[in-house]
Amino acid sequence: MSNSVSEPRRTAAAVGAPRGAGSKTPKQGKTMLGAEAVVASLEAEGVDTVFGYPGGQAIKLYDALYDSRQINHVLARHEQGAVHMADGYARSTGRPGVAIVTSGPGATNTVTGIATAYMDSVPLVVITGQVPRAVIGTDSFQESDIVGITMPVVKHSFLLQSTDELTRTIREAFHIAVTGRPGPVLIDVPSDLAGAKMVFEYPDEVNLPSYKPTYRGNAKQVRAACKLIEASKRPLLYVGGGVISANASEELVALSSLMQIPVVTTLMGKGGVPASHLLNLGAVGMHGAKYSNLAMTECDLLITCGARFSDRVTGRLSEFAPFAQVIHIDIDPAEIGKVREAQVPIVGDLKGVLAAMVEQLRKDGAAPADSEWLERIGKWHERYPFYHPNVGDATDEIVPEVVLKKLSDKLDPRASIVTTEVGQHQMWAHQFVDREVPRSFLSSGGLGTMGFGFPAAIGAAVAHPGKTVVCIAGDGSFQMNSQEMATASINGANVKVLILDNRCLGMVHQWQKLFYDKRYSQTLLEPVPDFVKLADAYGWQGRRIADPAQVDAALDEMLASEGPYLLDVAISREQNVYPMVAPGAALDNIMGAIDVAVGAVRTDMPAGAQKPPTVSPCAQLDAQFGGRWEFNPEDVGQRMERSAAEAAGLAQKTAPEAGEEA
Amino acid sequence: MYHVLSVLVENKPGVLSRVTGLISRRGFNIESLSVGPTEDPTMSRVTAIVVADDVAYEQITKQLHKLISVHKITDLTNDNAIDRELVLYKVNASPERRSEIIEIANIFRAKIVDVGRNSLTIEATGDGPKLKGLEDLLRAYGIKETVRTGTIAMSRSSKE
Repeated sequence: MSNSVSEPRRTAAAVGAPRGAGSKTPKQGKTMLGAEAVVASLEAEGVDTVFGYPGGQAIKLYDALYDSRQINHVLARHEQGAVHMADGYARSTGRPGVAIVTSGPGATNTVTGIATAYMDSVPLVVITGQVPRAVIGTDSFQESDIVGITMPVVKHSFLLQSTDELTRTIREAFHIAVTGRPGPVLIDVPSDLAGAKMVFEYPDEVNLPSYKPTYRGNAKQVRAACKLIEASKRPLLYVGGGVISANASEELVALSSLMQIPVVTTLMGKGGVPASHLLNLGAVGMHGAKYSNLAMTECDLLITCGARFSDRVTGRLSEFAPFAQVIHIDIDPAEIGKVREAQVPIVGDLKGVLAAMVEQLRKDGAAPADSEWLERIGKWHERYPFYHPNVGDATDEIVPEVVLKKLSDKLDPRASIVTTEVGQHQMWAHQFVDREVPRSFLSSGGLGTMGFGFPAAIGAAVAHPGKTVVCIAGDGSFQMNSQEMATASINGANVKVLILDNRCLGMVHQWQKLFYDKRYSQTLLEPVPDFVKLADAYGWQGRRIADPAQVDAALDEMLASEGPYLLDVAISREQNVYPMVAPGAALDNIMGAIDVAVGAVRTDMPAGAQKPPTVSPCAQLDAQFGGRWEFNPEDVGQRMERSAAEAAGLAQKTAPEAGEEA
Repeated sequence: MYHVLSVLVENKPGVLSRVTGLISRRGFNIESLSVGPTEDPTMSRVTAIVVADDVAYEQITKQLHKLISVHKITDLTNDNAIDRELVLYKVNASPERRSEIIEIANIFRAKIVDVGRNSLTIEATGDGPKLKGLEDLLRAYGIKETVRTGTIAMSRSSKE
C-alpha cells in the first residue's frame, strides 16, 4: 500500500501520452491534406527531428514537411542510414525516433534498421510512402509490400486504409512504440491518402483493449524475491538494456548498495549502472571479464533485470550459472522462462519493481550477506585484469585496448556519447570505455549490425548538439555506411569517428585464426581506402596515426576539433579480443585472460590456433539450440538413408489402398 | 504435445499472417487452421492446432499475446471443449458397392452429397476419432480425394 506513494506512477497511459500538444495543437479542427495531417500529427506528438529520404510516393509528405517550423528534417544519404540515425536519436534521448522514406526500395532499405531497433527494443516510428490504394497489388512502379516484409521485425505495423483513421493510427503508433517493451512501429501511407482532404482531429487517448502492458510488479512476487535475496550468500545482479529503457539506474544502484550485491552488465545494459559504482563488475559474456564470468558461474542467486539470457552472455546453457536460483524481472512476459527457468518471475516495470524491492528489504531490516563473496570477487578482480602492459604486445604498434582506455579517460562521461559499430572494436569498447550515465553508450547488441554505429552517432549528435559524440568503428563496419559522412558535414553534426584500422574484418578473422586453421577466407580488406582523403573529400578533418607515441596527441586533437573528425588508428591484424569464451563453451571456460599471479601473461590460450577443430564451432553453437542445423557428414548420411527408407515405406502404405478398387 | 489454440483477433487485413507467421517463425508447424468471423463483426477467431512441448507452447502463446491484433488466447486442448471438423471424401464406388458405403456413412451420421458413375462424395462432421474411424473404413474402397476444413473448437458451457 505504502508503495503507491513512493513508487512513481508509470502506467501505459502515463508513459505513452503525447509529448507534444496533442489535441491542443493550433491545427486541431482544420481541414487539410492527409500529408499535412501526418506532419501535424508528428507535431502534436512533440517531434522535433525526423530523419529520412524523399521519393515519388513520399513527395506529398515532404511537401507538407516543407512548411513545418517545429520539425527539423535530417536528410540522410541512404534510407538505412536514416533509420539508424533515428535509432541513435531514440537511444540517446529515450524519445521515439522518427524516419520518413518513400515506397519500394526506400522502404526495403529500412529493413535492417528496423530489425536492429527491434532486437534492441528501441522505440521508432517509421513512415513509408506507398503507391496509391487503387494500384496496390499490381506490381506498380516502386511498390513493395513493406508491411509484409517487416512483419517479423516490428512491434506493430499499419497500412493506412482511410484518412478517417490517420490521426488515430499515428497516436497509436507512438503509444505502442514507447510503452511496454519499446520497439519499432511502421506506418505505410498510400499516396492517394496523403493527397486526400480531411479534417484534422488529433486524439489524446488511445483505445487498445488488446494492448495493456503490465507495469506494476506483483507484490507477492516482490516479497518472494526479497526473501531469496535475504537468504542468498552469493547474489549477483545481471543487468541488461531494460534498466536503461525503464530509467531504473538509481533504483538498481540503491538495491546493489543496500544489499552489497555485485553487478554485471550486458552490452545493452552498459551505462545503466555507473562504471564508478564500486560493485559494478562490468562486461560479462563471450568477451566479458574473467571475474564477471566467474561471478556468474559461482553465484547462488541471479537477479536478472531487463536482460534476456542471450547466447553471447550465457555460453553453453547447460553449464550456465549452475548453482543459481533465478529472479527474472522483465516487462515482457515472453522473455521469462524463454531461455532459463526463473524461480521468481516478476513481470513489470523495472523502476517500480526495484523500488518496491528496496523498500521491502528496508522494511525487513535485511542485512547484506557476509563479505566472503565480495572478497572472492575482489581477488579475481585483482588477479585477472582486462589489460596489463606485460602481455607482450609489440612496443612499436598501437594497442587498441590502450587507445580506448585513453579515450575513456579523456571523455567527460556526462557530456559524451559513445557509439560503436560491430566487431572487435565493439568488444574492446565494451571492455575499456567507462560510462557513468544511461543512454551514453549506443551499440547494436541483438542484431549485431555493421554500419549501425556511425549513422547512430549522427542521430545522437543531432539530438545532443552540446555533447561530444564518438563513434568507435572498424575499417570494415565504417565502410558499410560511410556515405553518411555527407549527412554529418551538411548538418554540422559534431561526430568524431575513431577507426581501429586493422585492414581486415577483425572478429571473423579472429575466429578463422582460432577455429578455422588460419584459413582467412574473404576477411582481408586490403586495399582499404585512404580514410584521411575520404574525410577531406567530405569536408571533414582527419588524421592517420601508426605510432604509439602519437595516440595521446591525436585523441586530444580529435576531441578538441570543431565539426566532424576522422581519426584512423592503425592497429595490428594479429590483435585478438581476449578474454574469450569460445562459442558453445561454458562461461567459465575462458581463453586468454590475463593472470597477474603468473606474471601478467595471457593464460589458457586456445590450442585451436594450431590444429583444426574436429567439429565446427558453428555446430557447437547450434547444438545449444537443439542442434537443428548441426552439420556432421556421418549424421547427414544416416539421415538421408533414413528419410529414403521412410519415403519408400510411405509409398508402400498408400499405393495399394488407392489402387484397390480402381 | 497436441494443442488446440483458439485465438481471438481483430478482423483486419494481414492479421492472419501475423498469427501464422509468428508460429512458423518460432519453428513450429501448424497442423490445422481455420478462421472465421465471430458474433462481433470486428473480431475473428483463429483455431490452430500446433504440436509443441509445454515449454515451446508457453513461448508460442506468450509471443502471440504480444501481437497488438491478438485479444485473447484460449487453450481448448482438454476435455472441456467441443471440437469439430467437416470433411468431404470422394470414394471409389462401383454401383454394386454403393449400398455398403451408404450404410457406413449412415452409421457415422454422414451424408451423401454427390453421386457419380463410379464414386460417392460423403460429407462428415465430428471430432478427430470419429472422422478417423470413418476414414479407416472408407479407405478399403479407395479414397480418391479428401478435403478438410480444419478443426474448430468451443469451450463447454459447464466450464464458463
